[in-house]
Amino acid sequence: MSNILVFTHQQGESLTPGGREAVVFSSRLASSTGGEVRAVLLGSKSEQSAKEAIACGANIAYTVDKLLLAEYDVELYVNCLCHVFEQTDADTMIVSFDRMGKDLVGRLAARLNASAITEVVDFKTDCEKLTWIRPIYGDKAFGEYQTTRSKVVVGLRQKSQNVTKFTEHHGGEIIPLEYAATEEEMVIKLVVKIQAALSDVRLEDARIIVSGGRGLGGPEGFSELQTLASLLGGTVGASRAACDAGWVPANLQVGQTGAVVAPDLYIAVGISGASQHLAGITNAKTVVAINTDPESPIFKRANIGVVADCRTVIPALTEKLRKVLL
Amino acid sequence: MHIVVCLKYVLDPEITPRYFQINPETNRPDHSDSDMVLDSFAENALELAIQLRDKTPGASVTALCLGDEDSEEVLRRALAFTANAAVRVWEEDWEELDGLPVGHILAQAIKTLGGAKLVLTGYQASDIEEGLVGPVMAEELGVPCVTRVSDLELVGDQIKASSEAEGGYTVVSVPSPAVLTIISAETNVPRLPKVKDIRLARSKKITLFERDDLHLDSERCQPGAKLVKAYISNREVNCEVLPGNDGAELAGELADRLVALKIL
Repeated sequence: MSNILVFTHQQGESLTPGGREAVVFSSRLASSTGGEVRAVLLGSKSEQSAKEAIACGANIAYTVDKLLLAEYDVELYVNCLCHVFEQTDADTMIVSFDRMGKDLVGRLAARLNASAITEVVDFKTDCEKLTWIRPIYGDKAFGEYQTTRSKVVVGLRQKSQNVTKFTEHHGGEIIPLEYAATEEEMVIKLVVKIQAALSDVRLEDARIIVSGGRGLGGPEGFSELQTLASLLGGTVGASRAACDAGWVPANLQVGQTGAVVAPDLYIAVGISGASQHLAGITNAKTVVAINTDPESPIFKRANIGVVADCRTVIPALTEKLRKVLL
Repeated sequence: MHIVVCLKYVLDPEITPRYFQINPETNRPDHSDSDMVLDSFAENALELAIQLRDKTPGASVTALCLGDEDSEEVLRRALAFTANAAVRVWEEDWEELDGLPVGHILAQAIKTLGGAKLVLTGYQASDIEEGLVGPVMAEELGVPCVTRVSDLELVGDQIKASSEAEGGYTVVSVPSPAVLTIISAETNVPRLPKVKDIRLARSKKITLFERDDLHLDSERCQPGAKLVKAYISNREVNCEVLPGNDGAELAGELADRLVALKIL
């Protein structure tokens, strides 16, 4: 196998969590299949992030320093990443399948006439064949895939890699690349950006999440959850049903189609556990389910179950923990 | 204004886990004991398409589905939603396609229909969950794509779309034609079709496109990836159900347990 180009997006002057995972995964892949890991960073002030990519395992970090690339624009990024891929001796492109990756992977694969595999969590190599592993059917099953084209664009599932265990890698060079980005490439214009309400901590980064569902009975139940989450130093999430009902903003949605989370503690309050919700909490360490229906699928995933009306449990739990923790 | 909405017929994602079985010969789920349904994000896309059509004089909606004869059920549902036309695209050897060829074939079908000002599709289908078809169609059609859209409106020649973003959401303006992939929101909860419309939908025509009706690139019709093995993931854990008679007692038990586990 030849080289791997990994798109490592930066936030400020460091890599995004997804970008870091993508380099660590690429480094593990290169150890099995050979070739080098080459990271690409778009935007400006990339030097610190480029060094971080090298520390995570990249042999080369390409930087495309262009002010226009500092803010994400899908058309511009697809054009630029295709240009970089074609300039470099790589046959595999790895992209975190985060909000940005969900825009990019299909576009890049179609443009490059490459195979595409999304939501990848692992790989294996048998008899020279590389097999990509990903969950399918709402995480009820795993699928193993082999590609048919000479190039492949891979979307790596968020929170699927353990980045704390990477061995710090030394040696690597930073190579600036040119791309003549123009404003004409930016066809999608931002009208307004609304930041998340209710929560200061990103769900993806939270250590403790208290999530509410339809069993809360209405939007007012979320203020109780907010009190509990604040006490625990965590943040509030929600099921798709609660978001669809308009009780909380859509950005609080936990699940395969919302935030994919991996907290130490996930408290599911009045959530029955639809398959897409369970797929989003696959990597939560301890799951507590509070629900009146003992047959709810959430109890199949939970470590601790409380079968009761959440409206009686949550205020009492908050009061008890306040006494214990404060 | 011609709006095309792409639909998919999928295994009901809420199938009881004990009935979910993978056939080791085909690597596909056994459908015999389970329901097939219209994919839920595709249904959100259909609802948005109909809402937009109803607000736009002269607009029409075509429901498009790549699938075998059974999948006509979702096209009938679209017609019951009052879609203006329904088109099914199929060849017997298209069983094993992934998002890349599906995106190519659907894009060619849209071109054969004379193009569309707006193409809507679910953000991802609840079976294989690739999330590829919308972006691939956009590349194939040479138009922009906005993913994870919850609501939209037409403003002149532009489409204003609310889209989920990192840490919140954004409203973007995109020139038409464009492809939008749709997520669920309170604005696009699917309607309940009227009995009269359900009855009328049964007798409406569904157009069939086959390979020869479309200008397909045979290479781009080949799957980019092949499923070589599928197996059920065993993620069930032993849930310890706490004892207690009322909310306060259970809350006390739970607090003690969380403290004992040193999670807090």
